[in-house]
Amino acid sequence: MIVMPTMAVFLQQLCNALLLGSLFALISVGYTMVYGILRLINFAHCDIFMMAMYIAYYSIAVYFVPWYISFIIVIVATALLGIIVEKVAYAPLRKQNAPKISMLISAIGVSYFLENFATVIFSGRPKTFPQIKFFVEGLKIGPVNTLRLCIYVPVITAVIMVILLLLINHTKSGMAMRAISKDLDTSKLMGINVNKTISFTFGVGSAIAAVGSILWGLKYNQITPTLGIMPGFKCFIAAVIGGIGNVKGAVIGGLMLGFIEIMAVTFIPSLTGYKDVFSFVLLIIILLYKPNGILGEKIADKV
Amino acid sequence: MLKVNDIFVNYGGIKALKGINMEIPDGKIITLVGSNGAGKSTTLKAIMHLVNTASGEIIYNDENITKLSTQAITQKGIVLVPEGRHVFAELTVRENLKIGAYLRKDKEGIKKDINMCEELFPILGERRNQLSGTLSGGEQQMLAFARALMTQPKVLMMDEPSLGLAPLVIKDIFNKVKEINKEQHITILLIEQNANAALKIADYGYVMETGTIGLEGTGAELLSNQRVKELYLGKSS
Repeated sequence: MIVMPTMAVFLQQLCNALLLGSLFALISVGYTMVYGILRLINFAHCDIFMMAMYIAYYSIAVYFVPWYISFIIVIVATALLGIIVEKVAYAPLRKQNAPKISMLISAIGVSYFLENFATVIFSGRPKTFPQIKFFVEGLKIGPVNTLRLCIYVPVITAVIMVILLLLINHTKSGMAMRAISKDLDTSKLMGINVNKTISFTFGVGSAIAAVGSILWGLKYNQITPTLGIMPGFKCFIAAVIGGIGNVKGAVIGGLMLGFIEIMAVTFIPSLTGYKDVFSFVLLIIILLYKPNGILGEKIADKV
Repeated sequence: MLKVNDIFVNYGGIKALKGINMEIPDGKIITLVGSNGAGKSTTLKAIMHLVNTASGEIIYNDENITKLSTQAITQKGIVLVPEGRHVFAELTVRENLKIGAYLRKDKEGIKKDINMCEELFPILGERRNQLSGTLSGGEQQMLAFARALMTQPKVLMMDEPSLGLAPLVIKDIFNKVKEINKEQHITILLIEQNANAALKIADYGYVMETGTIGLEGTGAELLSNQRVKELYLGKSS
């Protein structure tokens, strides 16, 4: 059953694993940041990710905005969408001190709303994500044939994560995020603007998901209104595996899932049809041994 | 000057505050004593709008601040050191002080005040890069105190600063309260179960009994009051 791949195939799959893992990481941080600050699993996050891809599609393929300008539009628009979702669906509940479960239901509602909204507006027929030569040109390194994307994605992800960690650990807004995530009332007493900080968190998480969304589109091409669901599940799992609330954990979890998924298929090709199962199995195993996730509790920079 | 006019607070069906009236004049140390569950903490939370008042109003310098947000109240110069310290355990000592200065933009002033706090509580200077959660209870209380000072308060409210601390540390904290009041002219509203210590440094005191003010008077008056002695000072004579 186990098939030993050739070196070239193995290296190629290693690239793919790094690419997929990076994409997972980009989406996971949105889950983990919102959970950290609100103790809310933002089910709508995966649909915000999906909406970002449609925004990119319309901007690049329909309105012919140059891709580099489109990227900026997509990131800003998605950040705004994240903030709007928070203001419309979560903030009113927070204001009335609604129980956490109500927020969760509200999140599920937003998720279904966005999926159906997208179906109505963009139709359920799959659209093809525009190919941008700069990213999808072939690349040959030694025996490995791959796309430029395989190099770009991990680099972009690494840069974004470094910036994000600097933001969280070394800026005033980041300090406010950390403070709120630990003690809401005391943060208010210190004069921290809680609403603004929460909006900021949603904005940053959504903006990073937007980057993930564009890169995802470039790699997998097809867009449908329900496309966010599976990556959404996996990225939530990645966040939990890493220790939810912890940004570094989300990155580690995302990379792990990417590697497991690709490598399992590389070594046991007969399981290709079950590739989505690996994430869930990994989740169960890790939670059995580390219920708080890999970096849960221990590390201090939860957001 | 801060004035509390006839405030009521309900927790569900329970009436926690049933018409509280207090005056906190500028530059004084006022204390609010009473047993567990009398509503002392709730009174402070109501002033900071951490709990909603059912009726009554809170007036600060002739302005009704009852409905302002907690953040806006902090901005006006009222700050609360919450019961149980509530330092941000996973932030360093220095970061905690900086959080206190969150609303301030005067970089120089912030630096100066950090130095002031570290002079007032030298231990905070020594431990500036340590996570606050690793400090002892007394040190955390000092940090919470200093953090509140970083907001540049005009009125400083402290909820049970002596809670769970050794007598020597309590004495130290109370001395600092007096020092801050005298030297920085910060008005103090102090909540204590340790009525004896609180009344000794207070200019004026209120005694709370299950949601109402039972007695009031100068610190010395209350200390010698028979009822207070029996109920709160543990002396029967």
